[in-house]
Amino acid sequence: MSAQQLNIAAPRSGDIDPKYLRQSASSSSNREMFKWLFMRISGPILLVLIFVHLFSNLMVGDGVHGLNFGLVAGKWASPLWQIWDLTMLWLAMIHGTIGVGTIIDDYTSKDRTRVGFKVALYLASVAIIVLGTLVIFTFEPCMTDAAGNLMDNSPSFCFNQ
Amino acid sequence: MTTTFEPTSTTDNAGAVDSFTVTVQVRRYQPEFHEEGYWESWTVEMHGTDRVLDALHKIKWELDGSLTFRRSCAHGICGSDAMRINGVNRLACKVLLKDLDTSKPITVEAIKGLPVEKDMIVDMEPFFQSYREIMPFLIADESKEPTRERLQSAEAREAFDDTTKCILCAACTSSCPVFWTDGQYFGPAAIVNAHRFIFDDRDEGGDMRLEVLNDKEGVWRCRTTFNCTDACPRGIQVTKAIAEVKQAILARNI
Repeated sequence: MSAQQLNIAAPRSGDIDPKYLRQSASSSSNREMFKWLFMRISGPILLVLIFVHLFSNLMVGDGVHGLNFGLVAGKWASPLWQIWDLTMLWLAMIHGTIGVGTIIDDYTSKDRTRVGFKVALYLASVAIIVLGTLVIFTFEPCMTDAAGNLMDNSPSFCFNQ
Repeated sequence: MTTTFEPTSTTDNAGAVDSFTVTVQVRRYQPEFHEEGYWESWTVEMHGTDRVLDALHKIKWELDGSLTFRRSCAHGICGSDAMRINGVNRLACKVLLKDLDTSKPITVEAIKGLPVEKDMIVDMEPFFQSYREIMPFLIADESKEPTRERLQSAEAREAFDDTTKCILCAACTSSCPVFWTDGQYFGPAAIVNAHRFIFDDRDEGGDMRLEVLNDKEGVWRCRTTFNCTDACPRGIQVTKAIAEVKQAILARNI
């Protein structure tokens, strides 16, 4: 049930210069509402995800100095960190894409410029989300060099096999 | 001048009002003579009890009659003289000169985001069109009890008391950065006036108004910048009212 169908005329609504009429017809979808809701919900979740991620990578154990291929490979061997990083990737990318989209809407005045920037933004986001997801799920932690030897920085569990 | 009715208390200065000079820098737009807007300054002698509007009056009446601005009641009720004073939206009739830094020029511009027609006069029609679209009138089932008074408890009234204060001066809407870049946005004033009826328990059009404001250009455009709350000359908690409308739409749709 949209307001237009009921057509309750506001005073003086009959004699308005057409140039003042609203261009966008009420889309009666909840798209904007869900976008807003997503931003509000993903924001606090991302705060937790990102700061735990930073803490576990930069503070725990050897801290920054222990950060190498082996550490990342070791983390992705665990389903917890796989899901953690996957959630972080998706939420951050979608949150960021909506945010940058809003900025594009703010700063572009021509329709063509806006569409151009938006297309570039969406392509970049989709590419990063797809690539990131692919890497998290198909990651091979025990990499070997051409001679078949394990690489030096491999996580410890590779050497036990 | 031969007669004067003023008290001749030249020695006793009790109650005398300080006077000072103030420079008023006005953003002029005179489309008949200049295609572009330009700044023009006047220095005038004003008193401690004078408001920005009095300075504009003095300029218009004594120095340059072409200066153009709207004002009706001049007492903060009609909402005609909203303008950008020192970069913030205020009613010229509610800002005392002594509260501003008079050592520097006081800048006065038209409110932003609406098409300027001449000096401080803007085309208010886009603003009023948004206002019309939220149906700012009581929608009630007339068939029920058309002849009886519609009683309301004090608590039910309290829910929308704040938003009844709006005088439609457009200070809030034209202070909103979202409205500056997206003139299609309904704007704080329309949402405040929708709030006034949405939360009125005698009104039955709330769903329709929530539907209108769930639009792409509706409440979700709001980024809680609080410019509107700061600009409102009536002290309405505009951002809070917008947030309450957002909550109402969420509660209705989820």
